Parts: sequence; structure tokens; C-alpha cells
Amino acid sequence: MRDVAVVGFAQQQLPDFDGSPTCVEMLVPILAECYEQTGWTRRDVGFWCSGSSDYLAGRSFSFVQAVDAIGVTPPVNESHVEMDLAWAMYEAWIKIQTGEVDTALVYAFGKSSAGVLRRTLALQLDPYTMTPLWPDTVSLAGLQARAGIDAGVWDERAMAEVAQRSLTDAEQNEHSIRKGGSSVEELLARPMYADPLRKHDCAPVTDGVAALVLAAGDRAREVRDRPAWITGLSHFVDPSSLSNRDLTRSPSAADAAAAVDLTGVEVAELHAPFSHQELILRRELGLADDVRINPSGGALTSNPMFSGGGIRVGETARRIWSGEISKGVGHATSGAALQQNLLCVLDSSTGKDGL
Amino acid sequence: MTRTLSAPVTVAFDYTRSTGPVLGRFLTGLRDKVVVGGRTSAGEVVVPPLEYDPVTHEQTADFVEVADVGTVTSWTWVPEPVAGQPFGRPFAFALVTLDGATRPLFHAVDVASPDDISTGMRVRVRWAAERVGHINDIAAFEPLDRPGVEEVAQQPSRNPSTTEPVAGVVTPVSLDYIYAASPEESTFYRGLDEGRILGQRCPSCHKVYVPPRSACPTDGTPTEGEIELSGAGTITTFCIVNVPFLGQKIAPPYVSAYVLLDGADIALLHLILGVPADEVRMGMRVKAVWKPREEWAYSLENIDHFAPTDEPDADYDTYKRHL
Amino acid sequence: MAKQPAAVVGIGQTHHRAKRQDVSMAGLCREAIDRALLDANLTLDDIDAIVVGKAPDLFEGVMMPELFLAESLGAAGKPLLRVHTAGSVGGSTAIVAASLVQSGVHKRVLTVAYEKQSESNAMWALSVPLPFNMPVHAGAGGYFAPHVRSYIRRSGAPTHVGAIVAAKDRNNALKNPYAHLHNEGTTVESVLASTMLWDPIRYDETCPSSDGACALVIVDEDTAKASPNPAWIHGTVMRSESTSAAERDQVNPQASRDAAAYLWKQAGITDPFAEIDAAEIYVPFSWFEPMWLESLGFAGEGEGWQLTESGETAMTGRLPVNCSGGVLSSNPIGASGMLRFGEAALQVRGAAGEHQVDGARRALGHAYGGGSQFFAMWVVGSEKPSS
Repeated sequence: MRDVAVVGFAQQQLPDFDGSPTCVEMLVPILAECYEQTGWTRRDVGFWCSGSSDYLAGRSFSFVQAVDAIGVTPPVNESHVEMDLAWAMYEAWIKIQTGEVDTALVYAFGKSSAGVLRRTLALQLDPYTMTPLWPDTVSLAGLQARAGIDAGVWDERAMAEVAQRSLTDAEQNEHSIRKGGSSVEELLARPMYADPLRKHDCAPVTDGVAALVLAAGDRAREVRDRPAWITGLSHFVDPSSLSNRDLTRSPSAADAAAAVDLTGVEVAELHAPFSHQELILRRELGLADDVRINPSGGALTSNPMFSGGGIRVGETARRIWSGEISKGVGHATSGAALQQNLLCVLDSSTGKDGL
Repeated sequence: MTRTLSAPVTVAFDYTRSTGPVLGRFLTGLRDKVVVGGRTSAGEVVVPPLEYDPVTHEQTADFVEVADVGTVTSWTWVPEPVAGQPFGRPFAFALVTLDGATRPLFHAVDVASPDDISTGMRVRVRWAAERVGHINDIAAFEPLDRPGVEEVAQQPSRNPSTTEPVAGVVTPVSLDYIYAASPEESTFYRGLDEGRILGQRCPSCHKVYVPPRSACPTDGTPTEGEIELSGAGTITTFCIVNVPFLGQKIAPPYVSAYVLLDGADIALLHLILGVPADEVRMGMRVKAVWKPREEWAYSLENIDHFAPTDEPDADYDTYKRHL
Repeated sequence: MAKQPAAVVGIGQTHHRAKRQDVSMAGLCREAIDRALLDANLTLDDIDAIVVGKAPDLFEGVMMPELFLAESLGAAGKPLLRVHTAGSVGGSTAIVAASLVQSGVHKRVLTVAYEKQSESNAMWALSVPLPFNMPVHAGAGGYFAPHVRSYIRRSGAPTHVGAIVAAKDRNNALKNPYAHLHNEGTTVESVLASTMLWDPIRYDETCPSSDGACALVIVDEDTAKASPNPAWIHGTVMRSESTSAAERDQVNPQASRDAAAYLWKQAGITDPFAEIDAAEIYVPFSWFEPMWLESLGFAGEGEGWQLTESGETAMTGRLPVNCSGGVLSSNPIGASGMLRFGEAALQVRGAAGEHQVDGARRALGHAYGGGSQFFAMWVVGSEKPSS
């Protein structure tokens, strides 16, 4: 395997973006920020890949116009996944591993507020027997949360602790759209929303864009003194049917964890749009008690669809560049109730130093 | 003035789904007031049946009729129902393991408050009065200790008297969005509302874009400034649309043409009228014909169409690089 | 660093039809997958990862349908990717699947692309009116017809060349049991007599709307040893440009020319017309055959129609194009590109049945999408590439 690092990261998040769902307007400045961080121009980028969803935008081929933000004369080596930024990054990492290119810039965008997000996402379910009932995202999360409470795997207090820590940490993150911790007791005293969920147990609807820059070997060292080397990258998917899953578990997250080395991870940025989902992920990843979870505030305080997972990778990379940590893991999820999961382990060392 | 223009748009279609034999068997059962599960190779009875076995990957063929009575294994309150859900008032969604099944079915439970439902509660299917082979043939679950409610007919009736197996299901998908134009497009549409055609120039390559763009596709740079165009231009190329299609707003036949406005570097797609379709030519000089002022809105439709002028055709060399 | 060798050892496709009302979406995909696995002599349990490709989600009204399909496709417990690059998606998906092997990350990858157009209406899904805009579009035909007119003007091609392509592909389809259209007796004259839809495109010069799927099994060198006839991947390329840049060449886009040049270089091909034995080119409207022949370098600028008119692209010609019947005979949109890639592989494996080109050693698979702006291509060969 080639040594590949995350060397650039930019993001923008808003509660209610008033521009076009193509998000070109938001992409232009974050691509510029990536060029500034790397000292590159668009012509230094060997491969591009984007992530987005037609149903989020409410029109077919919603990603087509996004390439304008790159400026595509001359034409570019480019692809698109109907997935989160983290999987666009995965495709780019694969492309670099083939040896075809040494660098890649991946980006994603989504205007969740254009429709009713929790309803739109019901279209991800079985279209014959589930979607006609319009199971909204919050309801599915509520079923999952209740299953864990009933099984004694977690309780409302543990969920509130996640929310309290996230809201407090979000105060330090300029991009978070919901912030301000109080106390676990105060959170527990708030009214139920979708019993057993309170509003702070659910990620806010967030619009946004994000980009990550990848580079191999010396190209990465040219950009950063401490590149965030990708020492593990793995993803798996579970069945979608709620009839055929133990909702208190996420086997795909456990499979991904088994395929990478999480020993010594100091920070874990977990893409958990609902508080109890962080508890599931911590268990499946087998994270030690001293691992710092979601210092960015996490998805619970800001969750732009289709970039929210990749942002977890970027937030982890940032802490490696700055020297704050030496090893961390970024996680992304997709689908209902943690169906699909990706882990990206980042390290200040390639693991091959001295060889 | 808002930064951008926005308007509602509905994306709606009644999807016609063929179910295949496994889901067809399940839906046929519902039509006939029977809940059918599928037995997996591991011996689990799953409702609805899985189309393919998780272990052997073979298509499910072992079907089991289960009870229409079962136990709530998880539930959630739905305080603010969204369009299309089984109830327009607050209700519960639940996972219900029916007697005879080992895995739960997802559906609604009709209770008045979260205090009226709990895990472990016994519930029964309330069948819809009219059943067509659809998941909504189960109107909802209701508590077993409550007198049964006879559901009034509210389902679309589709050949309910048949005994043929269900092979298809219609699932309407209607989504409401607020569509916003970009700031550059908003400038363009606001201009149209004043009877003006506004373009912008790319500061990098200096090309004039109509409408203006959030990023010049050549350079990735937002277009700038304000360039007003006259509404006169040249047809670069076109087609004659003879085919009707769903959602079409203009009756065929009509000419859809790329019009390169004088002073612009990119052609605009619009309608050509005022000339028989078979007389439209590449290079033909045309001008914008506006609708009456009182009909103007923030729309390119303010220009009703383009019509020929009496100028001679443009020389091919003047527009060939726009093809 | 060189790519790891990769080969196609399994190819499966559905019987493409206007409405496959006998199957669900999962059933449609599994029909192609099960044929590909049988061909590869592998089972789903042997597969390391699955890549799904499909055109817009509005076609079937399911957002990211690979999620609900995961278990039926055998992807549960495996890595699953979903590619969407407009009409080129079938090709791009195959390329992404190939790259999973070429990177050394996986050894046995299954890829499937599908469209079940009968669930809705493609013209509707592609033309949902947006506020403020002018609704003069009329689906894909309405988009491409003006550019066909531009090609005719630019090349001076006789106006019946499109009909020659349509008649050829429809007759080729008679040799392909999986093809959607089996229109016996199609002639240049009958095509010319068909209704003009989007002038200058006639009814018989357009692709049908199909339900269908295609699946490929792509494996590493070790696994390929077990196959009697692997189709080795000699080169892959993806290139994109904008729909609407000022002065963009919409007839012969730069992204297409750049992609072809890069592809031939990878495959060590200097004269594609002489060195490619069969080409499966994405031709949804007849005129795109001569247009792409030029863009791909099989013919000089303005001369593509001469290859078509002289019969060189017929099965008996020197460059047989779309022996399978092509997109003009089967168009499950998301799968159409992968069908081109798969049919190219069938040719070099000597497994194309009645539409086999004798002794085909190297073949082109080609797809494009969007407003002629996304391109995906590969070259496959019967011999393992030397470098």
C-alpha cells in the first residue's frame, strides 16, 4: 500500500442556506481554502470525487453543476458517489493506491433544508413495505434508542451525557450550529420530543459543504510538516431491514473496527446523528475510556448531510496537523440507524518510519 | 429584498412497482387479511419475508402464515407526523413481533399518548376496510385490550375483488421542496422582471455568461458585474420537438433552439415562434418577444419566445465555435 | 507504481425489456449477478466487495437504493459503494470496481448496475420543471438533437447516416438474446420512414426505455488463473467537463478527446482503427456513432460518417461497432454503460455467441453521460498486458 495522507480540509455549515441546492456558491470558497492550505492550484489535483444526493436537492443530476466550482477546462479525472464525503474519499484513496494519481480533492454538499429532511430520508428504506408508511428518521432512531434502553444497554442519562458533552465542546467549534451545554440534570428535565428522544438527542437539520485533500508520500510531506497519514481505512454495510437487525448493535461498525488498528487512538470523531448512536459506536469500536470522543461537538451539534461523515475525518486530521494528537479515528455513517459505517484511522507516522 | 429568489416545487410520481414473487406473496396475504412471513435457513420467521436468504442467498421460498396479534418489542412516539404517515395526528411507530414470527414488523400503533403504549404490550392488526395488496392494508395496530375499531374505507380501491396474486404495488412519492436560485441567477431573474436581460463576465477568462454563474465552468471563478443584453441574437442550433411527454408545458411541435445573444459568449435555450418550424435555420437572426408587462414574473418565461428579424442570416464562422 | 493486473471473469445480464414486471428491483439485479457469478464459477460468499451503479434515484423513487438492496445483493457484511455519474455510470462503476482490484485492496469484486425504468417515467424524472426556468427541454432526445444537427452541419454528412446506424444496430440485436428490441426487418428505409421525434432524430434512431441490469466479476491475477478466458483490463479512463462552458465543443467534447488519448496510451495503442477488433460505444441516438468515432480517434474530424456509410462498423467491417445491438436496442440507463464494458469483455473472451467477432483480441467499452460531459472507457484484451 502507498502512504497516503489527509493534507487539507475545509467546511462550511449553516442552519438554513438560502442559495441554490447545487451549492456551487458554497463550494467555491472551500475549494479556495483547500488551495490555500496546500499551496496548490486545481491543476495539481490528480483526481476529484464528490458526494451528494439527488433526493436531497429534489432534482435529477444535482451533482452535475457542482463540477463548475472546480473550473473544468481542461477536463478533469472525476467521479461521483451518491454517498457521504467519506466514501468519496475512499474512492479517491483507492485511485491513489492504483498508482494512477498522487493527489486528490474530494468534496460533498447538501442542502438538507430544501425539503423536510426526516421525511425525505424515508425514501432510503424498502420502497415496497416501508416507505409507504413514511418512517421518518427521528422515529427510526427512537425505535433504536428504546431498544437499547429496554435491553439495559444504555439509559436516558447516558444519552444526556453524550448531548451535554457535545453541546459543551461545540462552543469551541465555529462551524457548529447548535451549541451551549448546561447540565445532564437540566437536559433530562427537558420535555420528551419523540419519546424516548428529546430534541437535543437529535442532530439539527444542517446545510453545508466540505472538502478533503489527499496526497501520497512526498506530495503529502511537501504540504504538511505532520501529514495525517491514513493507516487504516475500512467500511462495511449491514442489512437495511429493521426486521432483520439487532438495533442495539452495529455489526458493520464492528467489522470496520476489526479491519483497522485502533490501539493508541487519542481522539475518535464519531458520526452519530443521535446521542444513543454514539454509545453504540463506542461499544462496537471497543474504545478505551480515555479516548476523547467528538471534541468538535460532533454530528449532534451540526450534521450537514453528505459531508457530515467526511467532516469527522477532517476534524481528526486537523488535530494531527497541529500536533495536538498523534493518532485518531474518523467515522462516517450512512443509511437508517447506523446501517453503513466507515472508519479512517489517521496517524502522524506512516507506521513504516525507520524501515 | 432577500438575497436570493425562492419558490416551492413539488416532485411527485406514483411509482408502479413490480414486487417479484416474495413480496408479492406477502402483499397478497395482506389483501386477504393474512400476514405471511418467510422462514430463513437459520429458522427465523421474518415479516415481511426477506427476498433473499441472508446466509444461502437463495430466494425465500418457505412461507409461514403468522397471527395478526403480537407483542410490541420497541416503539417511539411520533409527535409531529409528516405527510403520508398512517395518521395525521400524533401516534406511535412500533416494532411488533407477531405470534408465530421471530422477527418484528414495523408499523403504526393507534394510541392517544405515549402513556398508552409500552414495550411488551399486546396488539392486533386493524385491517383496512378495503385492501388491495399494500402495506397500508394494515391500517395500524391497536391495543389488544381495547375494543376493536372497524376501519372506514379510505384506501384507493384497485380491483379488490380479484383473487390473482399481487404482482405490483403503486407507491406515491410526493416531496415538497423550496427551490432557491443562486444569487447570480436571482440577479438574472430580477432583471427579467424588469424587462432586462442581464449577464455577467468571468473575471478570469472574460467570457460573458447569461445567466450569470456562481462559478465560471472554465475557471471556477464567480462571474461579476452587470452586462445588459439587447435581446437580439443568432440561432446556433436547434431541434423541432414533436414528442409529447409528461409534465410538458408547451404543446408540440415547437422549436427548441440555442440562441446566442449579441454580446454573450454562451447560448440560451429558448422557444422559436413566428416562423414555420421547418423554416428555422442555423444562423437565423432572432429577437426576444416579451409577454405583456402585466404577466411578468421572475422568470425566463417573461420572454414568450424568440422570433425572426428581417436581418440576413449570420455567417457560419460567427457562431461555429458555439456548437 | 503500476496497477495490479485485473481481469473480468464473469459477465451477466438480464433479458432487457420495457417492463420486467416479473421481478422486483432486487430480483432484476440478482438475475444479472447470478449469471455473472455462474460464469465466474464463484459464489457471493467468495466476493470481497460490491459496487453498485445507477442513474438518478428519481427513476425508481428510492434514495440510495443500494441501502435497501444490500442484503439481497449479498452485500451485507461486505464493503458496498454506490457510484452515480449520470449516463456514464455503468462504465464508471466498472472502473471503480476494477480499481478496487488494481489497487491491491480486494481480490474478487462484484459490480452491478441497473435501471428499472418501468417504475416511473424517465422523461418526467429528467424534466421536472424548476421554478424560474423555461421548460423547453424534452428529455434526453430534446437535449441531444440540436447537437446532432450541429454535427451534420459541421461534417457535411448525408442525412441518412443516422438511419444506417439504427438499421445496423437493430439487426445486430437480433443476434443477442438479451436485447430489448428484436425488430425484424429493420432497414435504412424503414428507419427513415419512422416518425420524426426531435428533428433531426427519428423514432427508430432513439434508444428504448428498458428495465435491465448488468453484473461483472472482476478479479486479481491469481484468481483469474482459474478462468479459461479472462478479459484483461488494458486501460481505464474517466474524464469530466462542464455542461455549459462558453464555447465548449458540444459535438466533439475535449473531455472525450482527452479520455481517448489517455486510454490508447495506457493500452499501448497507436492506431485504434487498426488495433481495436470490436467496439461497444454508447450510442443512445444513432448519430452518436459517427460523432464518437471521430472523437475517439477511429476517424478524422468530419470523417466518422464515412466509416459508418461504407459499412466498416458493421459486423463484417474492419471495426465492428455495437455487435450486441448497443444502447439503441437495450437501454436500462444505469446499466447501459456497464453493458458496453461487459459486451467488450465478452468479445475478447470469445463468449459473445452469435454476435461474436471472430478472433477479437482487443475491444473498447465506452460510456458517456450528462450533456456529453462525463466519459468512462476501458480497453480489454484476451492477453494479459505486458507491463
